Amino acid sequence: MTGSFLVFVEQRGGRIQPATFQLIHVAKTLAAKTGGSVEACLVGKGIGGLADELAARGAARVYLCDDAAFEYYRAMPYAAAVTAAIDKADPRAVLFPTTSLGRDLASRVAARKRAAFAMDCTEVTMNGTTLAATKTMYCGKVFAAFDLSDKRLQIITIRSNVYPAAPRQDGVKAVVELLSVTLRPQDTRLKVSEVVSTSSGIKDVTEAEIVVSGGRALKSEVNFQIIYELAAALDGAVGASRAACDAGYQPHTRQVGLTGKVVTPVLYIACGIDGAIQHLAGMRGSKVIVAVNTKKEAPIFKVANYGCVADLFVLVPLLTQEFRKLLAH
Amino acid sequence: MRILTVIKQVPDSNATIRVAADGKGIDPAGLKLVCDPFDEFGVELAIQLREKRGDIEEIVVICVGGEKAGEAIRTALAMGADRAIHLNDPKFESTNELSAAWTMAEAVKKDARGFDLTVCGKYNIDMDGGAIGPALAEYLDLPHVGAVTGLEFAADGKSFTARRRIEGAEEVVTCDLPALLTIEKGLVEPRYPSLPNLMKAKKKPVSVITAAEVPDVGASIAGTDLVKLTPPPPRPDCKFVEGEPEQMARELVRLLREEAKAV
Ligand SMILES: Cc1cc2nc3c(=O)[nH]c(=O)nc-3n(C[C@H](O)[C@H](O)[C@H](O)COP(=O)(O)OP(=O)(O)OC[C@H]3O[C@@H](n4cnc5c(N)ncnc54)[C@H](O)[C@@H]3O)c2cc1C
Ligand SMILES: Nc1ncnc2c1ncn2[C@@H]1O[C@H](COP(=O)(O)O)[C@@H](O)[C@H]1O
Repeated sequence: MTGSFLVFVEQRGGRIQPATFQLIHVAKTLAAKTGGSVEACLVGKGIGGLADELAARGAARVYLCDDAAFEYYRAMPYAAAVTAAIDKADPRAVLFPTTSLGRDLASRVAARKRAAFAMDCTEVTMNGTTLAATKTMYCGKVFAAFDLSDKRLQIITIRSNVYPAAPRQDGVKAVVELLSVTLRPQDTRLKVSEVVSTSSGIKDVTEAEIVVSGGRALKSEVNFQIIYELAAALDGAVGASRAACDAGYQPHTRQVGLTGKVVTPVLYIACGIDGAIQHLAGMRGSKVIVAVNTKKEAPIFKVANYGCVADLFVLVPLLTQEFRKLLAH
Repeated sequence: MRILTVIKQVPDSNATIRVAADGKGIDPAGLKLVCDPFDEFGVELAIQLREKRGDIEEIVVICVGGEKAGEAIRTALAMGADRAIHLNDPKFESTNELSAAWTMAEAVKKDARGFDLTVCGKYNIDMDGGAIGPALAEYLDLPHVGAVTGLEFAADGKSFTARRRIEGAEEVVTCDLPALLTIEKGLVEPRYPSLPNLMKAKKKPVSVITAAEVPDVGASIAGTDLVKLTPPPPRPDCKFVEGEPEQMARELVRLLREEAKAV
């Protein structure tokens, strides 16, 4: 084992997902404690040009797998590529983002490498040469501390937006090592026929630093316009409760919660959301929570930092105005 | 077609979870346990496939868990599964999803005919994880599609087109069988088992497998030790912003900028 920390780079369409830079930050912090270098594993098609960006963020070496077979994410080919990188780098630990891709791929790679594994960690430190990781269990109702074993490869996925991004240092050139990955027929039985964007220019809830969410209280899709306006003023994303999605006010891609997405933005503004335990499961990790609700007893106020007992139809447009004024300067 | 559906018994999402005194587990007293809602999607999907098609030979449910998991198994059988494999041994009970997947894979490999389609929930609400499906696929060397929201089989039933949501996009994939799917909310709506079906479920066969029959469990998959469970750190008390709406809006924006530094 070389004691290095290998970061899986999530990119889509040649754009590196922001979570990657957060992983590099974590890897640097861990490596600073135990020694060992920070390296990256970059997989895709026509993405070799991204290696310098990774170097600028602190990756001492980039393992590159660039081939048409990897144009779109598919678990088996990608697992083969990451395995090839692991076999070359022989790292102490591999870090993945907690995204749909990261969860999927990390599980598969951890199984293949018989790794010590923890999914969706909200905190990770070094305990000697083992990782000490904290994650939630039981819908976010319990925090669990795990020690991984250094007798195995250690693999974790890290929740987005918990750690800052590693800063950029200009003028650094990447050291690139090409991977040769042999795929078996079994690995390519699954084919991706289409990837349709569902965001149409609007940020996804899992990526945004600010999320403005609406609940059943919005009463219609049209009324959600005021939520969109507030989100736009803050350059944030729009989320929704399950009740709002089930009623058709918003697509399920925007649902936050146990059966929706888990978000950890810097600021979460819940408008007309009661705060059911299943909703909290998706957003209680946010740094600052604001709740707007007519009912002072609504459970959302139990997790909120700031509460406004008010009619959202009155308050939200006023907030939009105030933020526009503030951010215009 | 033979279908395997993976289920897990978990605390109800509405349940209050209390950490046990030793910090190594949760207090089971009065805890309501249910079949994981995501896994129910998988069972429902299997049953709907049988209702739509004439060629579903068998729907088998597989579950790792102690005596209490019998509840979840009965739910799945009452929903319409034909029989169950219950991996019931204290050695199997762990907070390690990879180990659960390994155990199931070993049991599945004992069945020489194998399964054409394996389904499970995209996630389990006890571990807040989601590794079981991909890991089981890995141990069985099957392709898998995670978090499926749409599914259509070719006329011959030998291949399918699946849709899945990823951040900001929807993917459409095709694959031939055998394969494993993990199911996202929205694909199907699980049925409530009727009382007569619950009665009938008691007569459906459940084969129990213990650790003696699964070589290597623990030794192969380990290395993640639960140190301690704690309640989540309390969030600071809510500061209520007072005043008329205009005042309230101004004050909230000021607090978010100056105090919370969130904008
Ligand atoms: C297995 C399972 C999984 C689930 N998963 C999820 C999930 O992922 N995400 C999720 O959100 N839910 C989930 N739920 C559902 C959850 O239990 C709640 O039913 C849901 O979150 C309620 O949504 P809501 O708060 O928008 O609606 P309501 O409970 O109806 O609350 C509306 C709120 O708006 C307030 N309000 C009304 N009018 C106004 C106004 N004019 N101004 C301000 N406030 C107003 C009310 O006081 C109330 O608090 C799940 C449930 C189960 C059983
Ligand atoms: N316009 C409103 N103003 C104040 N409270 C409301 C309003 N609409 C709904 N509520 C509250 O929201 C709760 C749930 O509302 P609903 O989901 O619309 O039935 C009710 O118990 C009311 O207390």
